[in-house]
Amino acid sequence: MASPPHASQSRPGPRPLWTFHGGLHLPDEKALSSGVPLATAPLSPLLVIPLQQHIGAPAKPLVGVGDRVGKGQLIGEAQGAMSATVHAPSSGTVVAIEERPVPHASGLSAPCILIETDGRDAWAELPPPLGPRPDPEALRERIRWAGIVGLGGAAFPSSVKLRVPAGQRIHTLILNGAECEPYITCDDRLMRDRPGRILAGVRLLRDLLQAEACLIAVEDNKPEAIAALRQALATGEDLYGIELVVIPTLYPSGGEKQLIRILTGKEVPSRGIPAQIGILCQNIATAAAIAEAAEEGKPLISRIITLTGRAMGQPRNLEVALGTPIKDLLALAGGLGSGLRQLLIGGPMMGFACDDLGMPVTKGVNCLLALSAAEAPDPGPALACIRCGACAEACPASLLPQQLYWHARARDLDQARAYHLFDCIECGCCAVVCPSHIPLVQYYRFAKTECLAQEREKRQAEHARQRHEAKTARLERLEEERKANLRKKKEALAEKPAPARASASAPAAAARTMPLADASAPADSAPVLPAGGGAGSGAGEPGAPSGTVTALAGSPGNPGTPGTPGAPGTPTADTSAVDPKKAAIAAALQRAAEKKAALARQGQAPKNTADLTPAQRRQVEAAEARRRELQAAESASSGREQP
Amino acid sequence: MSGGIVISSPFAGRLNRTDRLMLQVILALIPGTLAMVWYFGWGVLINMALASAFALGCEALVMRLRGRPILPAIGDLSALVTALLFAITVPPTLPWWLTFLGIAFAIFIVKQLYGGLGYNPFNPAMAGYVFLLVSYPVEMTNWLAPAIPEVLAAHDLATLSFVDSLRLILTGTLPPGLTWDAVSAATPLDEMFSQLDHNSTIPEILQSPLWGDFGGRGWEWVGNWFLLGGLWMIWRGVISWRIPVAVLAGILLPAGLFWLFDPQAFPFPAFHIFAGGTILGAFFIATDPVTACTTPKGQLIYGAAIGFITFVIRHWGGYPDAVAFAVLLMNIAAPMIDHYTQPRVFGHGRREET
Repeated sequence: MASPPHASQSRPGPRPLWTFHGGLHLPDEKALSSGVPLATAPLSPLLVIPLQQHIGAPAKPLVGVGDRVGKGQLIGEAQGAMSATVHAPSSGTVVAIEERPVPHASGLSAPCILIETDGRDAWAELPPPLGPRPDPEALRERIRWAGIVGLGGAAFPSSVKLRVPAGQRIHTLILNGAECEPYITCDDRLMRDRPGRILAGVRLLRDLLQAEACLIAVEDNKPEAIAALRQALATGEDLYGIELVVIPTLYPSGGEKQLIRILTGKEVPSRGIPAQIGILCQNIATAAAIAEAAEEGKPLISRIITLTGRAMGQPRNLEVALGTPIKDLLALAGGLGSGLRQLLIGGPMMGFACDDLGMPVTKGVNCLLALSAAEAPDPGPALACIRCGACAEACPASLLPQQLYWHARARDLDQARAYHLFDCIECGCCAVVCPSHIPLVQYYRFAKTECLAQEREKRQAEHARQRHEAKTARLERLEEERKANLRKKKEALAEKPAPARASASAPAAAARTMPLADASAPADSAPVLPAGGGAGSGAGEPGAPSGTVTALAGSPGNPGTPGTPGAPGTPTADTSAVDPKKAAIAAALQRAAEKKAALARQGQAPKNTADLTPAQRRQVEAAEARRRELQAAESASSGREQP
Repeated sequence: MSGGIVISSPFAGRLNRTDRLMLQVILALIPGTLAMVWYFGWGVLINMALASAFALGCEALVMRLRGRPILPAIGDLSALVTALLFAITVPPTLPWWLTFLGIAFAIFIVKQLYGGLGYNPFNPAMAGYVFLLVSYPVEMTNWLAPAIPEVLAAHDLATLSFVDSLRLILTGTLPPGLTWDAVSAATPLDEMFSQLDHNSTIPEILQSPLWGDFGGRGWEWVGNWFLLGGLWMIWRGVISWRIPVAVLAGILLPAGLFWLFDPQAFPFPAFHIFAGGTILGAFFIATDPVTACTTPKGQLIYGAAIGFITFVIRHWGGYPDAVAFAVLLMNIAAPMIDHYTQPRVFGHGRREET
């Protein structure tokens, strides 16, 4: 695979290419914007930097309102395994950290750091360059630090992608320069204007992954980009294993799975990732950003954006500081024309509507597309599906979009899943070819959302069920243990009834010597302890002191002890014999009484009755009298119950 | 920015339109229709006009009754396609009220009672045709002889002028001095199989001047011109090649085998292609997207089964032609075939573990 540079230039034998099912030849409209050389957008007075510009958890702000920041300064730290850092795109002052509308298909707002630029564009201190052959770990850390994410639009954190799981090896690195979506030319322009930077990134990635082959894939509708890369490959150094592959123009060949199929003939398993088959895909712009981070220590604070469409004043590509409000950019491209029908973020096939011009540019924004009425005519109301199957012919995932549509429409989510709903990549081919103008992708998104919501509910229900079952099991176990203890004690009682009865009728003071009533053992956990902590404690288990056994055996609340010898006559003794808790209480009462008596001997009255009003005292005395009456009645009735 | 905004991707302009697809089907019917007018007279066109008017009227009425907008339903041209296909398949002398009955059955019962375009399990034109065929077999088999001098001379037949045709269709009366025998002739399929029933051998049957190179004189050319329209539709991407090719293969294969086995009792396979409604059925009727299979493999199975059933009914069934029956039979099997022929989805193994 280590072919010298000239080999990749002359392409000794045409590399075999595969095809995927379906796809569309769309009018590419790239000439609108691709002819204008790349320029840098002037700095906006206010930059709005969302803390989440990537897939994963939002970054944690490291600055506060009023802080001065330098260009490239880390202002948001990645949180968790899947996240990316955020840096200040220019120097200035943090004026607010607040919710702002951000470019996302959901149309929701998200926390952003607002920086008022000072116009000096002064760099903060940057990390040193890594050198031509950096240590893999250092490079990975640099990529993570630089907040680099996939710049093709998905904004997946590159450092996460490049952390190949143990046991997997990347043999082929694919650089995605297909840029298959109509109108968008930012990658085209980057390949034309900065091929060397791209190759530097490819080199770094090749060494990092130890990939045998690095394939740079470019659709054949970009001859200038192909020529520029070819030239750079011919003149550059240390480019072994790097090959330029020109692929036929067919939407969506730039889809990761489709591109892998075209170049290698392999299919990424459903719901799997390319690393599973030894392949890793990166956008060419991502490679360039990695080169910049490694060679110059610059974090990802700008990107190239295509401003195009027939309703855009002067279509072109601009390198833009992240956080620049969209309205500022539109002014740089001649503003929006009067024929504007819709302004999109992204391309016409997979983009989404931009409904707030104050939204900032983020790492994932590759295009601002101003469509005129002629480019996006009103599709009219959706008509009935005539089952023509054009959607299935066009589907690059070999799905049956029509059947998916029926099931999504009927909310038959199980069937929709059975028809592989989640293999849909939402490329839009089916909807574009549908003669009935049914918004098919919208139905699939709806069904996916419903499925996910259903799954979440199911998970929650399952969680609640497990908790409930665990609780039931625990209670049952406790009950079992209690019963086992009782049985054991009953048997012990049956073996030596005489001492047991004696112990049961012992005065309350005896309870203090019982292990269970011991001050060191918490009273409420006592019932479990004598069982040895296990349900298997049988009747013959040694170690349970007979005193405890006896005390427990007399429990009056237990229906399973009809043959238990009767409880002794006095209430105190009864309490102590009933259960260790009561025994403990009795012991405490006893102690209190003793203490009280001791205090009385010393001529002190108990504090809590020291300063009662005469009325209160009368009440206390009345209550005492009632209690005595009750005790007398109780002892009389329990005496009658004695056999 | 005005109404009709797309709210979710894709925003790109739509590439196809139902009415344009239907219009292309209608355009593709033109060469074959002209050939039919050439050979079978003005009745073909009169039937088409009547059927179209009835179909649009019925469609509009149903939409009104259902409280749905009328114009989009008329505008999708599907009712028109149904009417035209129906008019092409019925005899050019069919009384107007039978045309009305067939169309009304097709639009009201077969199409709209099931929910309208896209929901009907059966091909409306073929269901209307079969409905008439089993109810009015005599009227439905009164075919004119092709206007070819040799054929007309051999059987001493006359042709009908435009006015004669119109009168015949509207009032049921033949021009004075003419009887049915003087204008009608058995179709080649009829001729072939009734002769075979009489134990004639193929070479004997082919003595008649009714026969051309492959099928009946005139008939084979009608088939050729429909074939041209069908190929144009494939080229334009209106239909896929799978169903027509499968239908033709499904009929040629058994026909060829039986012909090899006994050329005296089984006609040369090409006869089946250029006789009756095979070409029309293969390219225009079996390909009706609503009622056909949609999976690639399913389309092949569906088409081949139509061809095979057509061959079987032609040889051993009671009806001279069988394309309509075969299509209807397979219409109802299409959903099941679709279910069992789902394509392998990208990223899934050859065999689904579900």
